[in-house]
Amino acid sequence: MSKIGVFICHCGENISATVDVERVAREVGGMEGVAHAIDYKYMCSDPGQTFIKEAVKKYNLDGVVVGACSPRMHEPTFRRACAEAGLNPYLCEMANLREHCSWVHEKSEETTEKAIDLVKMLVQKVKKNKPLDSIKVPVTKRALVIGGGIAGIQASLDIANTGHKVILVERDPSIGGHMSQLSETFPTLDCSQCILTPRMVEVAQHPNIKLYTYAELESLEGFIGNFTAKIRLKAKSVDYSTCTGCGACIQKCPVKKIPSEFNAGLGTRTAIYVPFPQAVPNKPVIDRVNCNYYKRGACKICEKTCQVGSIQWDREDEIVTEEVGAVVLATGFDVKGADFFPEYGYGKYKDVLTGLQFERMASASGPTFGEIRRPSDGVIPKKIVFIACAGSRDPAKGIPYCSKICCMYTAKHAMLYQHKVHDGESTVFYMDIRAGGKNYEEFVRRAIEEDTVNYVRGRVARVYEKDGKLIVKGVDTLLGGQQVEIEADMVVLATAGVANCGSEQLAQKLHVSYDPYHFFAEAHPKLKPVETNTAGIFLAGACQAPKDIPETVGMASGAAVKVAALFSNDELVREPLVAVVNRLAPPLYSTCVGCFMCETACPYNAIEHEDIRGRDGSLIKTIAKVNEGLCQGCGTCVAFCRSKSIDIQGYTHEQVYAEVMSLLND
Amino acid sequence: MKIGFYPGCSLTGSSREYNESVVAVAKALEIDLVELKDWNCCGATAAHSMNEELSLSLPARIMALAEEQGLKEIVVPCAACYNRLKVTQHELEDQPKRNRVAEILQMPYKGDLKIINVLQLLEAYGTENIKARITQPFAHKVACYYGCLLVRPHAILKFDRVEDPQSMDALIQVIGGTTMDWAFKTECCGGGFSVSRTDLVVKLSGNILKDASDRGAEALIVACPMCQSNLDMRRGAINKTLDSPIDIPVIYITQAIGLALGIGAKELGLKRHFVTVEL
Amino acid sequence: MDKKHKVSDLQSHTGVEVMRCYQCGKCTAGCVLASDMNYPPSYLMRLLQTGTKENYDKILHSNSIWLCLNCENCLGRCPMEIDIPKMMDYLRTRSISENKMHPDSKPIIAFHRSFLDSIKHTGRLYEVGLIAAFKSRTFRFAQDLNIAPMMYLKGKLHLLPEKIKDRRHMKRIFAQTIENAKTETK
Repeated sequence: MSKIGVFICHCGENISATVDVERVAREVGGMEGVAHAIDYKYMCSDPGQTFIKEAVKKYNLDGVVVGACSPRMHEPTFRRACAEAGLNPYLCEMANLREHCSWVHEKSEETTEKAIDLVKMLVQKVKKNKPLDSIKVPVTKRALVIGGGIAGIQASLDIANTGHKVILVERDPSIGGHMSQLSETFPTLDCSQCILTPRMVEVAQHPNIKLYTYAELESLEGFIGNFTAKIRLKAKSVDYSTCTGCGACIQKCPVKKIPSEFNAGLGTRTAIYVPFPQAVPNKPVIDRVNCNYYKRGACKICEKTCQVGSIQWDREDEIVTEEVGAVVLATGFDVKGADFFPEYGYGKYKDVLTGLQFERMASASGPTFGEIRRPSDGVIPKKIVFIACAGSRDPAKGIPYCSKICCMYTAKHAMLYQHKVHDGESTVFYMDIRAGGKNYEEFVRRAIEEDTVNYVRGRVARVYEKDGKLIVKGVDTLLGGQQVEIEADMVVLATAGVANCGSEQLAQKLHVSYDPYHFFAEAHPKLKPVETNTAGIFLAGACQAPKDIPETVGMASGAAVKVAALFSNDELVREPLVAVVNRLAPPLYSTCVGCFMCETACPYNAIEHEDIRGRDGSLIKTIAKVNEGLCQGCGTCVAFCRSKSIDIQGYTHEQVYAEVMSLLND
Repeated sequence: MKIGFYPGCSLTGSSREYNESVVAVAKALEIDLVELKDWNCCGATAAHSMNEELSLSLPARIMALAEEQGLKEIVVPCAACYNRLKVTQHELEDQPKRNRVAEILQMPYKGDLKIINVLQLLEAYGTENIKARITQPFAHKVACYYGCLLVRPHAILKFDRVEDPQSMDALIQVIGGTTMDWAFKTECCGGGFSVSRTDLVVKLSGNILKDASDRGAEALIVACPMCQSNLDMRRGAINKTLDSPIDIPVIYITQAIGLALGIGAKELGLKRHFVTVEL
Repeated sequence: MDKKHKVSDLQSHTGVEVMRCYQCGKCTAGCVLASDMNYPPSYLMRLLQTGTKENYDKILHSNSIWLCLNCENCLGRCPMEIDIPKMMDYLRTRSISENKMHPDSKPIIAFHRSFLDSIKHTGRLYEVGLIAAFKSRTFRFAQDLNIAPMMYLKGKLHLLPEKIKDRRHMKRIFAQTIENAKTETK
């Protein structure tokens, strides 16, 4: 007969305030096969765990049920305690008396009865539990970082500095991301490029980092510790092994009017180009969409200019394969533009800019060399209006969330404007000022008090042009809704931060979850902010949600530590809660009939084919086999298996039936 | 092409020229307008300001009549009527409201009538067809004024975009006109306050006229009788508030198209305007 | 939320949830008549959010609900898609049934009533009758004396009303709706 120990936790008052915990222990204690049942204030505490360990030894328990909080919270704690006492950890189960019972019901007789039922179910289940061994898989100690903005740069450097190899993949011709486009950074006003470019160079020179620019992830297969990444190296049309980066080709390129992505459309670039002077690598690529040769078959001026013969017209995209053990996603964000703000005339009026365009304008490396000038006529604006929450906090536009960084960068923009245009007048229309962060509130106050930025609380209804002025129709809600009309020379929209284009497709390639706005989803909103739901894939920066530089860097370092921790093992230990296809004695070998419905159902490509052969090597049958490394234990295959040949270890049919039957038999 | 036609009260009275131009243009384009028999007033602003059930029942009767008379689609040139019909149709998707209205009307109501405005009629007829019949290109620089009721509420009307709509501009460009970017395309003219609060109409319509005039518009193009009458018949009062009087005419889109198709000014009702039309 | 807002049946009648408003002010910023109103739209939303009888009465007594033209600029731009125009319709009917109309409402209500009378009797709008009824309701006999003859000359006025055939149907509709409501609320 079984010897089960039952341990009921009060969770302080979290459970005991609504559930009669003593009664639960008493009633479950009377069940057949229960050798020991107690309740205690904090089962997860050191004395609580000691109770369990001592009971395992004293009563020679062969199963443990802890009635406490969610297994997500403390299952590892209690299983570890059991293991330390010599009991196989998978013979320990948790009944969730907190989230599933005490927190969701009022105090009553029925609540206690439900708690009793929950514990009884687990007692019946644990009787059927079998000892399981953890799964061990080898680890490839090389990381793939996708995205070369500040998040990817920081994660790459941190991982590389622990002595592990990193492959950094960047979609654009240079690393640097949005941070390289920024002028000065809040709340210190230090120059963004000055602090970023040394890091970019460090990436390029680091012996542990292999950098692929102008490249994109094609596919990722495998599982934690054992991924195979295929990376598309887009044809640069320039041989980087010989190119010296002299720039002569760029000067001679006749196609000069392409809007510069780096300057957010405010400047132009050539068809063969380096995105910006501090680019890493500082070598050009040919934009084939706009190049005269690729468009019309004639030109080749760059080839004639190049002294070292680096132009490669026939170069094609190349796919490289890399084996990696972990992936860090650092693909960043995008800003809303184009036709998203018809009421503000963005895209129609040249002097209505996005925040990112203003950054380029305020940047010393920008199209105006740091001077604030109207794109329409080059005049320095004497009146400027900043509109916060342009698109953000706007469910009607599909963006109900706060983009988080705009309050701060808008204060910075207004401040920079006042520093550059001393007789200028700046107005910020805001709804709330969200300046949570070290020295952030002080920074905003400085903009208002010292730099005399006029903050008006209210949203702008519309902007229209009249006689060369932008008429801004706003409101001051603090004056009971007084309308405010400003004749501005320039309007800057603090545009919403949105998920990077293509993030949805990337998430699907990687089997990571994403939220309704296509930001990648973290595994737990509080306790696992850098993990994804797919083991071995981590998140860094604004690809998870809009965030500022310090937060991004912190998150990137966090992801790097997770990768380093993973790489500190030669082998990975995984929970054995995976699917298994049964194996029986000959002549059946398995009830599996080899229909492979499971293979089509499996979202993780974990089903393999296994040939069963006789002694003479002849094929007897082909059955399904689960790759333990890939399987995530989701159970989809179990539902699809018509011959009931697959079970999830730890959640077998037998165990689940035992649970259900305990409810019905009552 | 055959289509139901609901003129609405304004088109029989103060905006007769809209009716005349719609009919003339339809004839020229070989669109067969079948006028709804025994139609009633949609209730306009008065009904929905005073009583919700009344505001739903009056348009519901119109739609029920159309269904009864076998019409699948009706064109409603008056923007206010168009708006009331569309909004009512939307509101009556709610079953309790539909039951109540059916009880009031004692008429069957299916709610599947397709309701279109005059711009949609012209679009549906095809810009190529119109282009092919132009005899006198409408070579004028004009401001297209959409007003409120043609584009809002977007969730229900689903016609053009709320800010900076383009459908009327596109039609004017088809007939050879030049349109402009201006600031009051969809700002309210004062609507139904024409008689009750003429002072407010003068203020709001004055703003509209001033912006169009400042930008050099030769005419304002409209598709709403209320907008037209506020901007045209109230011109005297508006001009009294301005430093220099504005004499640009306010004509219906159908009148502009009619001119391009070579239809006479009289047939298009251009003589009925308060502000002389010389285009 | 519901407990607090029982002062009115706004939500159950119109589906408008006043608590959705986060006071950005975009409605007021774009309202063409905000400066003529006692309370501009966003302020009115805030009054409703307090859920007090006192503030609700302030609204019913205000000219705001009467000056609203239902141009729907506010709804078109509201980030929370709050149907303020529909709310205004409701508040107007409440203001009438509780007899709390602001003096500014007089000519507006007079116009609406004259308008509806015309429809009730003929099925269609009879402009001459409308103006005559309006003038007798408001004593504004001198208004528009210059316009009417011009309208007549331009062929824009019928001297006699156009009547629909099924006028009994009209009478029934009015009896079942607005006249019914009047007897109910008084």
